Amino acid sequence: MKKTPSTLSTLENAGLSAEDQLLFSNARPRPYEPYPIKAIEDFANWARANSLWILAFGTGCCSIELRPLMTARFDASRFGVAGRPTPRQSSVFIIGGYVSVKTLKRIVRSYEQMQGPKFIIALGSCPANGGMYFDSYNTINQFDLYLPVDLYVTGCMPRPEALLGAILELQDDIKAGKCDGANRYIEHFDEYKANQKKVIKDWNMPDYNW
Amino acid sequence: MMSELLDRLVRDFGVTDITERPPAITTLKVSKENGERLIRELRDREGFTHLNFIACTDWIEDGIFRLIYMLHNYDSKQNLGVHIDIKRDHAEMTSIHTLWAQAWTYQRELREMYGIHFPGSPRLEEDFCLEGWDAMPPMRRDFDTAKYSAERFGHREGRVSLVPRDHMKVQLYPNRGGDES
Repeated sequence: MKKTPSTLSTLENAGLSAEDQLLFSNARPRPYEPYPIKAIEDFANWARANSLWILAFGTGCCSIELRPLMTARFDASRFGVAGRPTPRQSSVFIIGGYVSVKTLKRIVRSYEQMQGPKFIIALGSCPANGGMYFDSYNTINQFDLYLPVDLYVTGCMPRPEALLGAILELQDDIKAGKCDGANRYIEHFDEYKANQKKVIKDWNMPDYNW
Repeated sequence: MMSELLDRLVRDFGVTDITERPPAITTLKVSKENGERLIRELRDREGFTHLNFIACTDWIEDGIFRLIYMLHNYDSKQNLGVHIDIKRDHAEMTSIHTLWAQAWTYQRELREMYGIHFPGSPRLEEDFCLEGWDAMPPMRRDFDTAKYSAERFGHREGRVSLVPRDHMKVQLYPNRGGDES
């Protein structure tokens, strides 16, 4: 049984005007609780692992590698991978390379709108430690301060083979029930949110984008 | 034809530092006061009807920003770069958004990246690339980007940077401790 360690029962939504606060939900996200029967949870995980739908949101230059992944040569649809145009329909967020502060805001907004269970693959060296943009004034250096990462793929940039390998590995992890990034995010919600607000200075959206 | 034009510009606008860069670029320098008038004249009378771009260079040693207005003439296929020096502190330049509507996008960017003010330019104070920026404009050369990044975004432990030359010496000559001789 997982619990949300929080001081407030609702979110403040301080970034919104008083008028807008009435329009947005201020409820806290709840963690996912697995089925009590393990066999059913395992079956659900097997199903999730074999229908990974990727959000088509290219955040940086590594997302160039997502295009050959979907076409005939590498053909990721063999593994049940498909691209989706909206976060509401997708379960995998591939962070394609460097993340600027401006993009981070959109990433947070998209990630929170995704329906659970959801997973993040961080592609390339930039989300891991800044990569070649480690001293840039506008790109973040450690992506996992802001959102939970389930799998890293290193390289600058990784080839589609590496990305396919990552997808297979993610499938194995999901089947083993080890991908709990979304729950981690909710359990440590206040820390993640504080980190996000430290770099995103013009916070004009709800604290959690339902 | 170009030399006639340049002679006239020297006479009427006091342009200096004319540099021909073959095949089709000529640059010249003009004072801030005559800048807008010169560009207007080039657009209306001399056929330089297209604004390629507005760029800026930070000459911190001389205490100036150099604005570069690159104009193009479709008939003679000539490019004309108009250089205008403005002071670095309280940098300000006449807006040319009345000449080309697209100029205000450039001016918005210059305001954000260098802190140059263009009075009267539309939507100048709106964020362009940087949202909620609260430090010095980042393209100024006295802005320390590495320091800013370390303070704002932190660094992950264990990251190493290798100088390729030294690293490859150790890789190629491991027995001699990287000594190639």
